[in-house]
Amino acid sequence: MIIAIASGKGGTGKTTLAVNLARAFDADIQLLDCDVEEPNAHLFLPAEPRERTVVTMPIPEVDARLCDGCGECARVCRYNAIVGAGAAPLVFPELCHGCGGCAYICPRKAIREVPKRIGVIETFRSGKIDLVHGRLDVGVAMAPPLIRAVKDRRRNGAPAIIDAPPGTSCPVVAAIQGAEAVVLVTEPTPFGLHDLALAVDLVRAFRLPFGVVVNRAGSGDDRVRLFCAREKIPLLAEIPDDRRIAEAYARGALIVEALPEYRAGFLDLRAKIEGLRREVAA
Amino acid sequence: MKIVFSTSGDNLDAPLDGRFGRAPKFLVYDLETDACEVVDNLQNLQAAQGAGVQAASTVARLGAAAVVTGHCGPKAFRVLSSAGIKVYTCAAPTVGAALALYREGKLLEAQAADVEGHWA
Repeated sequence: MIIAIASGKGGTGKTTLAVNLARAFDADIQLLDCDVEEPNAHLFLPAEPRERTVVTMPIPEVDARLCDGCGECARVCRYNAIVGAGAAPLVFPELCHGCGGCAYICPRKAIREVPKRIGVIETFRSGKIDLVHGRLDVGVAMAPPLIRAVKDRRRNGAPAIIDAPPGTSCPVVAAIQGAEAVVLVTEPTPFGLHDLALAVDLVRAFRLPFGVVVNRAGSGDDRVRLFCAREKIPLLAEIPDDRRIAEAYARGALIVEALPEYRAGFLDLRAKIEGLRREVAA
Repeated sequence: MKIVFSTSGDNLDAPLDGRFGRAPKFLVYDLETDACEVVDNLQNLQAAQGAGVQAASTVARLGAAAVVTGHCGPKAFRVLSSAGIKVYTCAAPTVGAALALYREGKLLEAQAADVEGHWA
């Protein structure tokens, strides 16, 4: 089963949930850290990288000798990454999404795609967890191609947990696509609720089964709970606002190891997530 | 010779818009005939990215020889200069005031972008 852990708001506990869920699973599982702008799951699963691979994306290169300046390439690019200005078009690699449309449409075959490095993928093994994460190069803004490259490492049929980036924009879409269930982690604050509502709209647009986990429950108010009841969203679990959890986190320790009394809660959560998928299938 | 001004209005009394790529409109002024035309930039105003690039390409299509605006970023500047279009940045309050400065030769041609670009 592929479970994506997402949230609207950042810092609600996606990674905390992802690493603890993976550890509580206690069988071979892949953890795909798709927060490629700041991957951090490895901080909780200490291990040396086993493998490092450079990831590139294709960007256009124009052969000015073949170009007749027809401007078809610029017309087809909705990201304004290639623009005709009289003679041969100018390319702006930092705006390119790598779709290849310009090279495809060029009647003179004057455009070829060349690889541009955007980051690396690193893999780690910690106990029964195979961690794969992407790390975007500094100065690169195009996260989705690297996120897709991380997800391409998923072994068919093997259980996987995807740690998604925060927000509700393209990188999140790239991360949650193909998941069989999505867990939205939030906190019981007005900010948590506001961004949770945006994330709910997103997963509903993709028709993915989903539920909510409230982290630091008891630290804020009731509004997230009321929202979930009103919207008929399953509240899968509440992680209490327990100082010992924060202390374990600060040490880079897993909750399920430092505070074994929470282990049962994570196993129960896992069962409920699997139930989400069954409900939809039924 | 045509000269393009970034603006939010429709005539010479309208404010000169400080932004180039995301200016709501462009006023195209013909120095020979004193005729002006207003071109909408709404599409680029709402673009997710590359507004400056597209705006520069619009200006090139209009056949302008110069742009007068508040600021110009690196990508727009690259497109404009490769199309041989001169860039003048100034803080004139209105299009008319900027035009007067241009006619008096008081505008300095920009040799590079004067603000940083945006990634996306």
